[in-house]
Amino acid sequence: MIAELGQLTLIIAALLALAQFAFPIYGAWRNNQSFMAMGNSTAYGQFVFVSIALGILTYSFLVQDFSLAYVANNSNSDLPIIYRISAVWGAHEGSLLLWVFIITLWTVAVTVVSSRKTSVLPKAFSARVIAILGLVSFGFLLFVIFTSNPFDRILPAPFDGRDLNPLLQDIGLIIHPPMLYLGYVGFAVAFAFAIAALLGGEINREWVRWARPWTLLAWSFLTFGIALGSWWAYYELGWGGWWFWDPVENASFMPWIVGTALLHAQAVTEKRGSFIGWTLLLSISAFSLSLLGAFLVRSGVITSVHAFASDPTRGVFILMYLGVIVGGSLALYALRVPKMISGSGFTWFSRESLILINNLLLTVALFMVLLGTLYPIIADAFGMGKISVGPPYFGSLFIVIMAPLVMLIPLAAYSRWKQDKAGRVLSKLLVPLFISIAVTAMVAWQNDASNLRTLSGVFAGTWVISGTLRYTIERFRKNNRFTLPRSEFAMVLAHIGVGVFVIGVAMVETTSTEKHLAMGSGDSYTIAEYQFTFKGTEHIDGPNFSAERGTFLVTKNGKLISTMYPEKRQYRNNQIMTEAALDPGFTRDLYVSLGDPLDEARQIWAVRIYEKPFIRWIWLGALMMTFAGLIALSDRRYRRKKTHQNEPSAEPSNNTNPLTNGSMP
Amino acid sequence: MKRWLPLISFAILAILLGFGLKNADTKSLIPSPLIDKPAPDFNLPLVGQPEVFVSKSDLLGTTYLLNVWGSWCAACRVEHPFMNQLSRSGILPVVGLNWKDEPTEAIAWLKQFGDPYSINMSDYSGRTAIDFGVYGAPESFIIDAKGNVRYKHIGVLNQQIFEREIQPLLATIAREVSGQ
Amino acid sequence: MKNTLIYLIFGISIVLLSAFSVAAPPLEFDNQTQESRFNKLVAELRCLVCQNQNLADSDAELAQDLRREVLDLIRSGKSDTQVKDFLVQRYGEFVLYRPRLDKSTYLLWLGPAVFFLIAAVVIGLVIGKRNQQFLENQNMPNNKDQKPHDD
Repeated sequence: MIAELGQLTLIIAALLALAQFAFPIYGAWRNNQSFMAMGNSTAYGQFVFVSIALGILTYSFLVQDFSLAYVANNSNSDLPIIYRISAVWGAHEGSLLLWVFIITLWTVAVTVVSSRKTSVLPKAFSARVIAILGLVSFGFLLFVIFTSNPFDRILPAPFDGRDLNPLLQDIGLIIHPPMLYLGYVGFAVAFAFAIAALLGGEINREWVRWARPWTLLAWSFLTFGIALGSWWAYYELGWGGWWFWDPVENASFMPWIVGTALLHAQAVTEKRGSFIGWTLLLSISAFSLSLLGAFLVRSGVITSVHAFASDPTRGVFILMYLGVIVGGSLALYALRVPKMISGSGFTWFSRESLILINNLLLTVALFMVLLGTLYPIIADAFGMGKISVGPPYFGSLFIVIMAPLVMLIPLAAYSRWKQDKAGRVLSKLLVPLFISIAVTAMVAWQNDASNLRTLSGVFAGTWVISGTLRYTIERFRKNNRFTLPRSEFAMVLAHIGVGVFVIGVAMVETTSTEKHLAMGSGDSYTIAEYQFTFKGTEHIDGPNFSAERGTFLVTKNGKLISTMYPEKRQYRNNQIMTEAALDPGFTRDLYVSLGDPLDEARQIWAVRIYEKPFIRWIWLGALMMTFAGLIALSDRRYRRKKTHQNEPSAEPSNNTNPLTNGSMP
Repeated sequence: MKRWLPLISFAILAILLGFGLKNADTKSLIPSPLIDKPAPDFNLPLVGQPEVFVSKSDLLGTTYLLNVWGSWCAACRVEHPFMNQLSRSGILPVVGLNWKDEPTEAIAWLKQFGDPYSINMSDYSGRTAIDFGVYGAPESFIIDAKGNVRYKHIGVLNQQIFEREIQPLLATIAREVSGQ
Repeated sequence: MKNTLIYLIFGISIVLLSAFSVAAPPLEFDNQTQESRFNKLVAELRCLVCQNQNLADSDAELAQDLRREVLDLIRSGKSDTQVKDFLVQRYGEFVLYRPRLDKSTYLLWLGPAVFFLIAAVVIGLVIGKRNQQFLENQNMPNNKDQKPHDD
């Protein structure tokens, strides 16, 4: 009964979403205040009803209502409570409902912020934004109702459920999807702002200032969500990789690339008034790529390790939805984008030019990832056979494209708007250059490695970090205090994060040690100064699995530094899981996973042992970027009521920048 | 024109995705590169008669169906009634390739479900299956009298697929023979 | 006995797994060079039964067999290209995670470079135009905002 109620709430929510689109868009067109205001109430209403639907689904999992097909397929009476909750978004239908819930959450946030008394958003503008979000949500609700209803019954109800995929029974997977979706869907807000600006013809830099904090927030969530996914894959899949260039990963990475380009383009548009058209296009693209990702993951057009169960009717629906939303907005863009060049001029070497180069390289990276991800489809469509495009392709091209971008980071931070001299900037970066060379030489000497990839990665990472720090110190000295404006601090932190990430990647990729071997109880093996001693396995029972748990003693120079317990689990639905054991550290991780038993009587197991230097730096870098985004959006200027128009010098963080005065020693 | 470029790119992308959707069903079926090429050489013992070896050249002169199976393979059990039926019909001989299986288990399995194989070879190491590009069971190959691979089916073969895809091929092969 | 195997019926994969089967022992290498060459090679080969995993990471039984086969080929003195050819002859181009450069992959490999060149020219033209705009503004004496900085 309660499930039917869930279905009903979804239908009501869909009707409210339609109203949330229709009334305010009409109101904004006719300048009718009461129609515009209906956007807010319908948005709240939709949020309430979608929340109820999500609540009902969660409740059905908690009480184990196996008459619901979705619950029966993704849960089991032995499943611990916490995973019953996360099972709500453990498969296609429920994760789509979570997606819709997050749209409504963002919509409510926009509604609350824009209806505050201090809000600078014109009424008609925010009405259009809310209308667009309503339309986005309406499409997804129809999708849920017609192709992916989580409240479908199976009759007769099975006695017990099939259990949640054991891979998903993990803390990382509880929070990864919500974070990722907050990012994907968050780009809908920037998208809605862009469409509202195009519809209203208010295409000026004010629009960007309003959209920017939302973009930053969405980007931070997406960064965090992707990092979580990578961390989860690392410890849960059992072979120690952190990024596989799998189509599903690419689906989340493409919006991130465009989102990053968008943040940089927004900086130019906001401060200098230039590239409005380009910023609009990037705003549309970031969300469009989120939708494309949903299509790739849910339609079954690509082969992936973790795509959802595929169903062509779902694919057809999303493709039509893409056609309406993306096709419609790009048509609107073509019709409405301003023809005039906006903003003032700048020279060949200026911050504007450098940010353009940033956008150029990010766009090329996007094109490469998109091409590689879709190429198997292209080859198939043109009868060129079935081919695979995998990590060797993406990995090598991505490095080539990103290398110049990373090298330019410190230059861009130093450079002035409008006009600068390469010589001036480079002279400031001499010290960082020496530091980077010194560090790289040290790494080369210490690891006695001549691997060009590691060394250039270490050099690039150190260059970014030291160059950015040099800039920070100079700013401190000039201001005579150890603070920076928030947005500037965010920029520094994010760029250092990039450096940390690059060093982590370079070290892990080429200096990791791994060994697959057969070990019996009492055997020892030494890799990279660490001696691993296998102490045999014991049988243990979990709530919904039984496992063999191995014990490994790890010693370094005879001193015990860690005891590790990798497991081989058999879940009651007969799925086998490898639970790796980790000993994390700032400069290295130790990683042990059990393969198959080779001789049970003598307790001989196939074992994988890894030593992964600096792998934590990968996620540390991503976390720094995440926090940087959050810090940037707390900058004062996004909360100011009145903003000065058409005057770049009104921007304090621009004008008070001592480095633009050329008075530094 | 420039401003329409994003929309045009998207339209191309959408058409491509539509294509992908159309072919989504078959995306995990990897076509064999062996089609219309000589079948790989093999020399394998018979299931239950480890001293008797059968090689590719022993089988030249007739068109036959090579069925890759194993007693451990659940889908093979689904397919098996059709293999029995095909064998009884006498349309063409069914040759078994018992893939990575214990001969004793294989014999017990055939005793239970029936033995359609006029010749049943044991590929215990899986080495021959690799030469045939086998990546799952069941798989079926049509090999003509000259020893060329003419067709491969991945997954469970049934009457419908046989009539639609294999019978026309057999007719073609028969014409080729009579044409010579 | 044959357990960790994934097989396909019309794209519906059914996973047959059962715990604690007897598996093949890890491969033994003759020396370090051989091992690292092997690791590099199998990381670029696709496991056929597991949809999107490389041969190095997969625990599927076919992957184990193929790893052994690759090692045997290396031992018998085959080059990396010959090993890849061996697999392509049997399983098709699908096994290669790094598609070979031929007429069906020109777009894949050269597309990004062509795209980069076109985009770079466009960006160059934009900056050139902006530079012109900057110079013109600078020549207007009453525009204090456009005063050049000097170092």
